[in-house]
Amino acid sequence: MAKKLAIIASKGTLDGAYPPFLLASTAVALGFEVKIFFTFYGLQLLNKDLNLKVSPLGNPAMPMPVPVPSFIQIIPGLEWFATWMMKRKIKQKGVASVEELRDICIETGVDLIACQMTVDLFDFNKEDFIEGISSGGAATYLEFAGEADVSLYI
Amino acid sequence: MFQFDVELDTSGLNCPLPVLKARKALSAMESGQRLHLIVTDIGANKDIPAFSKMTGNPLIETSEQEGVLHFILEKGA
Repeated sequence: MAKKLAIIASKGTLDGAYPPFLLASTAVALGFEVKIFFTFYGLQLLNKDLNLKVSPLGNPAMPMPVPVPSFIQIIPGLEWFATWMMKRKIKQKGVASVEELRDICIETGVDLIACQMTVDLFDFNKEDFIEGISSGGAATYLEFAGEADVSLYI
Repeated sequence: MFQFDVELDTSGLNCPLPVLKARKALSAMESGQRLHLIVTDIGANKDIPAFSKMTGNPLIETSEQEGVLHFILEKGA
């Protein structure tokens, strides 16, 4: 029987998008059955148009070309700059884009599940989401995770 | 050099793309056919053997030439 991977994706930033899609697509390549449960900010990863950003604010570990003190990081444009810089690096280093990894997940049959409660909570519009996703709640996740070989909260 | 049926060059691509592309290439091949996989991502040294072991596609040969990894994978039954 195929191994199973259950993931909760709770982050909606550019860097937060990588672990769920990267591990899910790789797990399918290794023969796993995979379900990703998208909750809270992770729901942003289901939008048709991904406009993901990375912020140095509140993230002292983020490498910057020059040190930027926290109180300056609120200036407009710095988040845009950090995002631009990371996307450029991603291309330079031959790292897959989030869109590419997500497409592979969809093509290879990863089950993408939107947390219905958070969709309601944030008044998200399901028409903004990509096609082919389902929705569910805590019990939906736990039913699968209970039988999963690997279960991750990201 | 070992005989192979299909060649896949993933030079310049980083983890996990070599594994994902190898899976795609192997899924289009017949059992017993061999894939020559070329990888510059040094992490593939561990990743490709893991991929081979977990998917039942035997790793026939591994070699490294000037920072470029060459793998021969045989499509399993």
